[in-house]
Amino acid sequence: MADTKISLFEVAAKNLLRKKTRSVLTILGIALAAWVLVSLFGFNRGYERSLNRDIDNLGFQMLVVAKGCPYEAATLMLKGGTGLKYMSDSIVRDVTKEPEVEGVTPMLMQVVFDPNKGESGGLVAFLGVDPATYPKLKSALPFKAGGWFKDTNADEAVIGYEAAELEQREVGDKYLIPEKNVEVKVAGVLARTGTQDDGTIFLPLGTVQRVFGVKGELTSIGIKVRKDADMAKFEDKMFKLPDVQVVSLTQVKTTIMTLVSTARVMVLSIAIIAILIAMMGVVNTILMSVMERRQEIGILKSMGAQAGDIFRLVWYETIVLCVSGGLIGTLLALGTARLSDLLVRRILPYAPSGGLVSIDLRLVLSTLAIVTAVGLVSGLYPSWKAGRMRPLEAIRSEEES
Amino acid sequence: MSSAARYSIEAADLRRVYVRGAERIAAVDGVSLTVESGEFISVVGPSGSGKTTLINVLGCLDNPTSGRLALDGREVFGGGRALSEAKLTCLRREIFGYIFQKFYLVSTLTVLENVILPFTFYRKPGATADVTGVLKLLGIDRRAGHLPGQLSGGEMQRVAIARALVNKPRILLADEPTGNLDTKRSEEIGGILKDLNERTGLTVILVTHNPSLARAGRRTIELRDGRIVSP
Repeated sequence: MADTKISLFEVAAKNLLRKKTRSVLTILGIALAAWVLVSLFGFNRGYERSLNRDIDNLGFQMLVVAKGCPYEAATLMLKGGTGLKYMSDSIVRDVTKEPEVEGVTPMLMQVVFDPNKGESGGLVAFLGVDPATYPKLKSALPFKAGGWFKDTNADEAVIGYEAAELEQREVGDKYLIPEKNVEVKVAGVLARTGTQDDGTIFLPLGTVQRVFGVKGELTSIGIKVRKDADMAKFEDKMFKLPDVQVVSLTQVKTTIMTLVSTARVMVLSIAIIAILIAMMGVVNTILMSVMERRQEIGILKSMGAQAGDIFRLVWYETIVLCVSGGLIGTLLALGTARLSDLLVRRILPYAPSGGLVSIDLRLVLSTLAIVTAVGLVSGLYPSWKAGRMRPLEAIRSEEES
Repeated sequence: MSSAARYSIEAADLRRVYVRGAERIAAVDGVSLTVESGEFISVVGPSGSGKTTLINVLGCLDNPTSGRLALDGREVFGGGRALSEAKLTCLRREIFGYIFQKFYLVSTLTVLENVILPFTFYRKPGATADVTGVLKLLGIDRRAGHLPGQLSGGEMQRVAIARALVNKPRILLADEPTGNLDTKRSEEIGGILKDLNERTGLTVILVTHNPSLARAGRRTIELRDGRIVSP
């Protein structure tokens, strides 16, 4: 037993077992603050990432629509529709001429009422796309089976993953366009993308114009701009086009992120308050623990503990509390990420597809570092107070000769 | 034999005065005392006579107001100047082992952990290597894994004595060590202290108001109003 020794850290950890309820409540307070922090930062990262992915999946960074509310048009488009105002398809030629343009794809959205959809019928949207340009811009779009139609006037369709599940259609099946009594053949079924494409039924542009009687009309034009192009200059040029308006998705993204940032600042304020409350809880718990153990601290000093030893002993207790709380809070945030995602989705007016809360190892470690740092600061005063106690004063705090 | 080797404690005209408002209370009032190495001294006196204050001053837990104090020939207080708290701590852990009326065991640590707790802060060269031996000596080796709450008062005081002994102190200061114990346990503790003194030559200063326990000492000092009245 020559090397028998109990470490200062072990003594500190065991001290916390003295008042279990108090220690547990303090840990829970810290866990709550850590949970809010991880979820908040996770949301910040996840939302931006999903929004970027949604925009990248569109295949184009700019949308030309007929005059109307640009944000309504942008939101409709992000959610799977386009502004249902028309413009002439001659604009495509004007836009294509611009040197900054890498690709252009005309689109025509039409909506019909399907009495067989759901219990009391519902709207079905069809997106007419140009088979020569749309697949090139959306080259990342994966197919579960089949492929794109080749002819712009073909009576064929490509169905998104969820739409195919809903309609129970596979490649080669027939699909009847409601109200129009036109039957098209399913040429392809898309794989799940987690975007608005999952619920879309794509038809050739010429077919939509013919079937719905809107020859020569478009609802939107998607533009892919060259990587080296001066975006601001190009946007200025597009804004000068008559009877149309241009929605830059970079601007939309900035606007959405600004709105989200406002909400984020509010939540961050709440998180800071939660951390401050947790910090006060830690100071209170440790200070109470120090005051209750004054005599014991006096005895430790009489057996050879220096002020620094007592300081470290009390500081370790704070660290144990904070690291435990931080770990529990982080695990809680990981476990409830899906729930947070659902709640946020209900609250926000627009939420991109895909995970809204993204928590990775770096975020977890950063949060733990923040919580531990806060804990270290919280422990300074009680530790200092305990360290400077004189042994006799501490021992005699209750008894007098 | 040099003074440093012969005397554990040399105190001359020690005073400890407490100021409470306008009142000045001399708890220790001009005490001069020498304690030879290996002595067992009992300090007796009525309540409020200054026994605990004297032992606290001698044990460097408290600074005197005036006088001179030397430990093992080294002056620790003189001419109104005291050592710093850090230096006093070093001195305390080198020279003293303390036993108090209340046992002050850490409730969340086992008997063994409580006994070896001083090693967490300082392990004196030549400190007890055989902790189990100390536990056996005090008859608590079978309780090594128990928590203080599972022990009787007598056992808890034995644990406190073991804790005071592991760093091999030169002087053991015991302040009313049996104040919380019944007569039988008090006699046991008195026997243990006497045995330690006789077998190991440990200097023991025992403060007690229990006459039968005081008889364990080879010399008895009686205090009254902060002064030595006998011998």
